[in-house]
Amino acid sequence: MKGWLLALCLMALPVQGEEIVSGVSQSGVSITTNFDGASILVYGAALRDAPAPAWPLMEVIITVEGPSTPLVIRKKDHVAGIWLNRGSVKITAAPSFYAVASTKAVGDILLPAEDAKYHITIPQTIDAAAAPSADQTPYIEALQRIRQASGSFVLAPDSVLLLRQALFRTDISLPANLVEGPYKVRIFLTRGGEVVDLQESQIDVQKAGVERTLYRLAMEQPLLYGMLSLLMAMVAGWGAQELFKRLRI
Amino acid sequence: MTWGKKPRKPDAKRRAGFGTNPTGTMQLYLPIAEVSVNAFVLLGLGGLIGFLSGMFGVGGGFLITPLLMMIGVPPGVAVATGANQVVASSISGALAQFKRRAVDLPMGAVLTGGGLAGSTLGGFVFDLMSRLGQTDLFVQLSYVLFLGLIGGMMLVESVNSLRRTGKAKIKRSHVQSWVHKMPFKMKFRASGLYISVIPPLLVGAAVGFLSAIMGVGGGFVMVPAMIYLLGMPTKVVVGTSLFQITFVTGYTTLVHAVTHHTVDMMLALLLIIGGVIGAQIGARVGVRLKAEQLRILLSLLVLAVAVKIGFDLLLTPAELYSVARVAS
Repeated sequence: MKGWLLALCLMALPVQGEEIVSGVSQSGVSITTNFDGASILVYGAALRDAPAPAWPLMEVIITVEGPSTPLVIRKKDHVAGIWLNRGSVKITAAPSFYAVASTKAVGDILLPAEDAKYHITIPQTIDAAAAPSADQTPYIEALQRIRQASGSFVLAPDSVLLLRQALFRTDISLPANLVEGPYKVRIFLTRGGEVVDLQESQIDVQKAGVERTLYRLAMEQPLLYGMLSLLMAMVAGWGAQELFKRLRI
Repeated sequence: MTWGKKPRKPDAKRRAGFGTNPTGTMQLYLPIAEVSVNAFVLLGLGGLIGFLSGMFGVGGGFLITPLLMMIGVPPGVAVATGANQVVASSISGALAQFKRRAVDLPMGAVLTGGGLAGSTLGGFVFDLMSRLGQTDLFVQLSYVLFLGLIGGMMLVESVNSLRRTGKAKIKRSHVQSWVHKMPFKMKFRASGLYISVIPPLLVGAAVGFLSAIMGVGGGFVMVPAMIYLLGMPTKVVVGTSLFQITFVTGYTTLVHAVTHHTVDMMLALLLIIGGVIGAQIGARVGVRLKAEQLRILLSLLVLAVAVKIGFDLLLTPAELYSVARVAS
């Protein structure tokens, strides 16, 4: 009877004194010429003042979010026999990459209210320009479908390994088609659907080496970059002509 | 890292495709297109286009741009980088023709003048269409229309000339009287013409316009226009056309680089390496084929691209929705 009461008390009160200590395998990702995606390891543990409550169980959700960009989603319609873009919905911000890894299906370990507060699931990270309406829904669903198919949005329930209700780890793979910028890593501990603790860190994704040089030149010195492109084309075109003439094939 | 004694299956973390990296050793990250593609695919693509362009004496831009889009390169980057690649393939052809004195320089200059104007106009139209969200449709329709028209004309013409075996040479057409009546006449010695500069300016402008919106050199439009519209002799047509294409695609490349930052040098480099080698091989194969056979093959290729793109417009797409990033 006493144990029951204790459990009830613990359920009623927000669980106190549970704190995340965590680490990420790397603080940055360099996009080099042969960049083919990267795998990052997120690991950590729950530090507690007191022994962990037996119930509800601790669950872990880990999200990785790439830089957000404004988007336009367009829909093709059949007009006069051909398919052309008709309708469109503007999105003020949607992450270029978003992964949700968790110990169980997110719906089972997170209350909708908490999701709305912390913007954890994929739909919560997409901000439409206009007020939400029924017309927009298929567009936003299409965005999720397309990005999930291309690997830019990743849903990975059951991919966080949780040991003894304390230690956790997961591997998150970043695709090869990565956009530069800060990638936000968030770790949520939940109990009974409520967020108990949250920790944020950041991974900087940057082009490096030749990639960086070319990109910066193209953006900052476009005329020089364009001339260099032409010079390269001219040298290659002329060089091949001369080379093959010498070889007399 | 180790976590003490708790035993753990080594593969427990690699589930549901999460944490699995696609393997591939020759993947290349393109800095401007921001996609990762296989380097050999690009070299092969460049080689194939080069082979065809060397064999048929065209730039091959009409193939490279749609093929790049097919492997996931954004349309803007495909058009701009395609133009850059055409510079490389056309300059080597133009140099060879120049040594043979098969370039009509004044005519080339007039065509280039028109080309630069047309290319600038094409750039504006391209911008307008992308603001309306109709870039794809616009580019696709241009491809179907121009490639279908030119391919069809070329096919009919070469089949006819193949039938009239023996006197298979294309006859230089009589220049229509309206061309003679126009003002601003100029002497083009290498072509043996004394005509108004207006028709060549217009031809150049049309080709420049296509270059900007389709990422093509426009040789497939230019060559027939020079023969049938301007009445130029065939011996200077290819050289003069390559001369003009080099300048116009060069200008198009610069315009795209400066205004849209869409020229991907890494992508261009691989296409060019494959392309220049392929072009030299293609040129050697081309010599062994008859001119009519070459033209029939080229026209079939041009028509195939037009039909493929046309079907894409007509058939129900697998995904009705598309996502485009907008500049903030």
